[in-house]
Amino acid sequence: MKNRINQLFLDKKENILSVYFTAGYPQLDDTVSIIEKLVASGVDLIEIGMPFSDPVADGPVIQNSSLVSLRNGMSIEKLFDQLIGIRETVSIPLILMGYLNPVIQYGLEAFCRKCAEVGIDGLILPDLPLNEYQENYREVFARYNLHNILLITPQTSDKRLKEIDEASSGFIYMVSSSSTTGAKSSVADFQKDYFERVKAMELTNPRLIGFGISNKETFDNACQYAEGAIIGSAFVKALDGNESLDVKISNFVNQVVKGV
Amino acid sequence: MSYQVNRKGYYGEFGGAYIPEMMHPNIEELQEKYMEIINSYNFKQDFINLLKHYVGRPSPLYYARRMSERYQSHIFLKREDLNHTGSHKINNTIGQILLAKSLGKTRIIAETGAGQHGVATATVCALMDMKCIVYMGALDVQRQAPNVKKMRMLGAEVIAAESGNKTLKDATNEAMRDWINNPVDTHYIIGSVVGPHPYPDMVARFQSVISEEIKWQLDEQLGRELPTRILACVGGGSNAAGAFYHFLDDESVELIGIEAAGKGVDTDESAATLTLGKPGVLHSSRSFVMQTKDGQIIEPYSISAGLDYPGIGPMHANLFATKRAKYLWATDDEVLEAALELTQLEGIIPALESAHALAALKKIDLKPEDVNVINLSGRGDKDMETYLNHFGY
Ligand SMILES: Cc1ncc(COP(=O)(O)O)c(C=O)c1O
Repeated sequence: MKNRINQLFLDKKENILSVYFTAGYPQLDDTVSIIEKLVASGVDLIEIGMPFSDPVADGPVIQNSSLVSLRNGMSIEKLFDQLIGIRETVSIPLILMGYLNPVIQYGLEAFCRKCAEVGIDGLILPDLPLNEYQENYREVFARYNLHNILLITPQTSDKRLKEIDEASSGFIYMVSSSSTTGAKSSVADFQKDYFERVKAMELTNPRLIGFGISNKETFDNACQYAEGAIIGSAFVKALDGNESLDVKISNFVNQVVKGV
Repeated sequence: MSYQVNRKGYYGEFGGAYIPEMMHPNIEELQEKYMEIINSYNFKQDFINLLKHYVGRPSPLYYARRMSERYQSHIFLKREDLNHTGSHKINNTIGQILLAKSLGKTRIIAETGAGQHGVATATVCALMDMKCIVYMGALDVQRQAPNVKKMRMLGAEVIAAESGNKTLKDATNEAMRDWINNPVDTHYIIGSVVGPHPYPDMVARFQSVISEEIKWQLDEQLGRELPTRILACVGGGSNAAGAFYHFLDDESVELIGIEAAGKGVDTDESAATLTLGKPGVLHSSRSFVMQTKDGQIIEPYSISAGLDYPGIGPMHANLFATKRAKYLWATDDEVLEAALELTQLEGIIPALESAHALAALKKIDLKPEDVNVINLSGRGDKDMETYLNHFGY
């Protein structure tokens, strides 16, 4: 079955820019405007964060955006309502990212069905580990043509890398260093070793590097070792200022892509 | 039916290891090695020796005569309050520090609510010369101040968790984040039977010394190994797991866990997870969780920092679901009254957590011939300010 994620990686082999934001932040109803403005600024893929009260894999910036979003009244149900009709204006791949518990409470099957209905292409659920996915989730995701995006870290063994590659169908999310989101990155020597080691393995899935990518320098650096990179915390932080969403978003993306 | 964990890390439908990939190498290493290490001759020798000569085990099983008269039923207290550092928590930290040593770790992190687990961790870190960082909710840093000072004097760094309600759940989030950021040199000493497999099983095994002793102590004092019932308070559930452990297959023994109801289970200030929660995933395991209909975790409340937690260990979720154990709750007010009663009848000031188990005596049908064992999980030193404020002494 055709999936926009696969299509993206067929069409584009380098410098792919994926951006994460937390749905419901800064304002509850910003979701669609943020997506449309990111698309207009030229990003290739968008990860829409579903806020969770206890995001253990996230650093302070995304913890805060999640908290504000929940206070604003965001929920999975609300998010799906906002996304109805998004495919009339947006054609790039969209991924939902969040923690397992709200998905379980929504109901796995109902959640996947709704994802397919509104036009979601993939899921990133950091606390859904490989073995649970294989045993209890894979089949349902597949039925609704949803790719599960799995993470790897510098500590992931070659053996497990191969298992993850085998279980992946969209791309592999390569976490730059073992950390929570938003950690500073400088592409240190040991990271280079890791990036090169993974690159040399010639995995079947494309890779995007994430965590700690925040500007043109770190983005370009990451793109030397993978098809592209993912920006999360730095973008969420950029949504803080007083300018209009429009200006904030296009400034941020221009800065990452063109350095201005 | 087995009430123990299965090979995949589940108790019935509860448990598992819902961890982000960043934690995988550490959890996999633990899963693969913990049984081999804790069953090794050297580990057992060290563990038994330290429990005896350092912790002061066996802890007494004390026949509480005046309490027995008051309740017209035989009441024994398992005196975990007399352990070094003042609670059962040290049984687990001794086990885990030895394990961390065998794994070659040099840095220890822990979460704490009441501060008892933090103190027990800081203590074994001093003993074994390990770097120690303890995460504690900012509210708990205030309400359990003496324990914060103890941890610092023991050489630990105490970091206040400022997120959420600033209690145990938030401290646990921060500890997990620390482990994600420090994947190589660090061992996380979880303080209860919660978290990803193998923690619930591992911690239960270290705490199982409680029920092992109860069995022979009852035999010694009464000529019978089995009591009528066992009562223990339940936060994450480690002291209860330890007190139940060797009785799980003795189906004649009634097992009762007591959760913290805070201001009442019909208010929104409570921590009675099994009464108010439903199945979900929190802190890497599937169990009962207090949550909204959207799956967001509800901030709990209890006067007792050690029970102020919106989850419960998967072993208890399964004992509840299979009806092997019964779970009651006690409110703040009932608990304060029970603490004062024990203090004035027996001369023992209990921890607020442990007083939940005492409060349950008023909620069950006690017969004169019954033999009740209450796990007195800790002493009340850390709660003196709360007691004094409430009772006005
Ligand atoms: C004295 C005492 N009892 C009980 C508990 C609750 O923990 P658990 O349910 O794991 O025994 C604590 C936790 O801090 C404690 O300090």
